[in-house]
Amino acid sequence: MTVAVFFGCAFIAFGPAFALFVFTIAKDPLRVLILITGAFFWLLSLLLSSLVWFIAVKASNADDWTLRRSLLIFGVFFSVLLQELFRFGYYRLLRKANEGLAAISEDESSAISVRQMAYVAGLGFGIMSGAFSMINILSDSLGPGTVGIFGDSQYYFITSALMTLALTLLHTFWGVVFFDGCEKSRWWVIALVVCLHLLVAGLSLLNPFYDGSLPPVYIITLLMGVWAFFSSGGSLHNLTALCTRRKAERETS
Amino acid sequence: ADSVENAVNNVSNDGVETNQHAETGGAGGPGRNEVELNGQPPTPRPPQVVNDSEEDEDEELTLKYGAKHVIMLFIPVTLCMVVVVATIKSVSFYTQKDGQQLIYTPFREDTETVGQRALNSMLNAIIMISVIVVMTLVLVVLYKYRCYKVIQGWLFFSNLLLLFFFSFIYLGEVFKTYNVALDYFTLALIIWNFGVVGMICIHWKGPLRLQQAYLIMISALMALVFIKYLPEWTAWLILAAISVYDLLAVLCPKGPLRILVETAQERNEPIFPALIYSSTMVWLFNMADTTDSRNNSSHPVPQQESQVGMAPTAQPEDDGGFTPSWVDQQQHQLGPIQSTEESRQEIQQMPSTRPPPADDDEERGVKLGLGDFIFYSMLVGKASATASGDWNTTLACFVAILIGLCLTLLLLAIFKKALPALPISITFGLVFYFATDNLVRPFMDQLAVHQFYI
Repeated sequence: MTVAVFFGCAFIAFGPAFALFVFTIAKDPLRVLILITGAFFWLLSLLLSSLVWFIAVKASNADDWTLRRSLLIFGVFFSVLLQELFRFGYYRLLRKANEGLAAISEDESSAISVRQMAYVAGLGFGIMSGAFSMINILSDSLGPGTVGIFGDSQYYFITSALMTLALTLLHTFWGVVFFDGCEKSRWWVIALVVCLHLLVAGLSLLNPFYDGSLPPVYIITLLMGVWAFFSSGGSLHNLTALCTRRKAERETS
Repeated sequence: ADSVENAVNNVSNDGVETNQHAETGGAGGPGRNEVELNGQPPTPRPPQVVNDSEEDEDEELTLKYGAKHVIMLFIPVTLCMVVVVATIKSVSFYTQKDGQQLIYTPFREDTETVGQRALNSMLNAIIMISVIVVMTLVLVVLYKYRCYKVIQGWLFFSNLLLLFFFSFIYLGEVFKTYNVALDYFTLALIIWNFGVVGMICIHWKGPLRLQQAYLIMISALMALVFIKYLPEWTAWLILAAISVYDLLAVLCPKGPLRILVETAQERNEPIFPALIYSSTMVWLFNMADTTDSRNNSSHPVPQQESQVGMAPTAQPEDDGGFTPSWVDQQQHQLGPIQSTEESRQEIQQMPSTRPPPADDDEERGVKLGLGDFIFYSMLVGKASATASGDWNTTLACFVAILIGLCLTLLLLAIFKKALPALPISITFGLVFYFATDNLVRPFMDQLAVHQFYI
């Protein structure tokens, strides 16, 4: 519970997302707009799912712990489904806007491709999801206190930060893969993304048994990263070409 | 002081739609006048053929530059909100209620029953809104009868108050929070310099970034004053009521702000440049253009907007010494010296060695009234001050307001007429504030307790 914890967890959770924003998004106004609108869509999905959860809790009027916990788990899964639904809705909106932009521009091509929009939209979802999960925890970590004084885990802050980082990256990768699946009408891709999201949320239900939740989530993140790379047009050839070109440039310079 | 604040609000509310209009005029105008701007001779084109492609070009131009303009407004709005939220979180003065209220909100909210409190807050809101309506009407009447000196004196005095008195209080409170000791001499020097440079930048000329920074600072100061002195429910009701008023005043045919806009259009004058945030200074180094020779009178270009130098002067009647008698005398001696339409077109036909302006899109700046800054920041500041959901609510309101601004600019690009900037953003902001505070906060709290992730 010090400034060190605050900065450490802040950089773990938001460092990569911030770097991605600064290097790939900040210079282009259209991408910034798509990012913020993506964040807004995620927010809308969260709002609706909280509404449903709230109504469920008030309707059941539960006092016992197990019923409340199961309602919360229901809320988690419902929220995941709504998020994916809103991702699909955002895809449709972006496609329409893209067509509009292309129609009125000079050379019949729009300023931004669907793949770029997929990446930016995914990052928007990820940043907003991470911010909502992490910022209150970060502001608490600045103040005085002892972590886990009532017997809970000591590693609350750092595991929260790691989980937030994983989810931010996952949302980005899911965005890329999801939009690609929608473009090519591969519905199994979409179903797989939804299932993976449900799986990750389900794994987080194992907290505070961090051994069961964090490593699998990171393995999934890695696999999703590889899948997103290949689905957005990357290949081993590109990678090797990148390395050899760099070597060739270094040799010629 | 309070009357001046309200005056500031009124005028900045006026500034909103006029700015919107000015922005659309600016966006549509240079698009069509661009041919002349580049120093190339305008090719005479048959009107009916030109219309479609011209409109498409206009649409494309406004949309192509739309994203850039939106971002040019996002940045100052974000900065203003960041200043307000940072102050609210660190300086406790602005969240303490010491029982003092503005004279426009005389009814107190610490009553016994909820019904009484609701009634009091509604009465407060009604009084405040009627004060604003009256001030706006006074302003429109003054403008219509050309009492420019009165208006400028009013603006000058209100900016004086903000830059000296309110910033002195703000600085004092910041020092108290961080326990910094400062002697009065240094303080006087700092406040004096800050205030004088601010007055010069805002009312006369100054570097663009400095002027923008000062406008952001005075908007933040006003928002902080409102957050401190308006009681809870009154503040929310005023926010809702003022966005409704803004909508009515700008869009209804007999609305005061619409009358103001149309009068300014007729006279081809800029309105109250000291209360408008402008992202770029558009200055053309060639002659004044008249309105289109084609009779496309849907939105005449306000040329004075494009003629200003570093910062727009607040002197629309300054003829710079060229009094009419002197001009007459010169004309007798030298022949006609005023350029006429024909002489200008002749000059334009001549090949020009002047290079075309480098960044066309840079010259097409966006403008937003300071009243919008104030109310946006007030909403986000109140969200961070009073919401128990803390940062989530603040973040949600921030994103909602930015999206509202984006939608407003999109509507502006589509409809190309004066639009109020408050309603959409404030509606989104209010909806998200109450929804996040009451629905999302318990959900996210429960998730955080169990460390579930969605």
